[in-house]
Amino acid sequence: MSEEKPNEKSRAIRARQRAIGRELRRMYDDVAQEPVPEDFLDLLRRIDDAEDARPGKKVS
Amino acid sequence: MVATPARAHFEPGKNEGDGDFKSELLALIPFLRAFARSLTGNQEGADDLAQETLVKAWQSRSTFIPGTNLKAWLFTILRNQFYSDRRRAWRQAPWDQEAAERIPGGGEDQVFSAQLSDTARALRVLSDEQREALILVGAGGFSYEDAAAICKCAVGTVKSRVARARKALMEILDGDDTLDGVSRPAEGDAAREIMAQLDRLAPPEAGDTGGKRRPK
Repeated sequence: MSEEKPNEKSRAIRARQRAIGRELRRMYDDVAQEPVPEDFLDLLRRIDDAEDARPGKKVS
Repeated sequence: MVATPARAHFEPGKNEGDGDFKSELLALIPFLRAFARSLTGNQEGADDLAQETLVKAWQSRSTFIPGTNLKAWLFTILRNQFYSDRRRAWRQAPWDQEAAERIPGGGEDQVFSAQLSDTARALRVLSDEQREALILVGAGGFSYEDAAAICKCAVGTVKSRVARARKALMEILDGDDTLDGVSRPAEGDAAREIMAQLDRLAPPEAGDTGGKRRPK
């Protein structure tokens, strides 16, 4: 049983790919599950009053 | 007295939906932040980008077609904004500043890199095209079709970018002996060296990564 068997290789690769995929989703979901920072909410509130509300302003 | 002059150019009746539009924006902020984070690789830049996107989206809300995919629409705006911001930064900043930021271990970035998982760091090594395609499809849950619309390329192009991104990530994470097992080098030095090599291979031409030069 050579460890170079194509089947074993591709199975190992697929398993590794799935693990990497899970890690990618975890990274993405971690951010998506953070509470929305207050300055975003503030921006959405201000946006009503001024069409040209500027992003990027740090609302301390 | 609430009516501002700026409002005047919106069609009558449009404003009725503004509240709905805004609450939909609100609901999608977490995903904008996640996508922005994956594009920029850092939190502060990502949140600035996501906020710019919200403002752009709000200003352009009359062009959104109700019933279509608002999330994809927002992601498209965010992506456009990301590349146009970066092109501007590129023109304004000396090139070596940004190059330094892209090299893990360079200057302040070192602290930041140390906090990232191997996967997060490996993601920074991918080309923009591969990274965004992989994130949209592999993490964001978009169909290939939606991802293609967001990235303004063909569906087949997205598919091949995702496939190449997956392969590249694995190679970066696992080194050359990927095929012999699923183990990977434990030392950060190996990954760092690979990334430094890739950085050297990739010339600093962020300016035109937005539209790939050769759409064969």
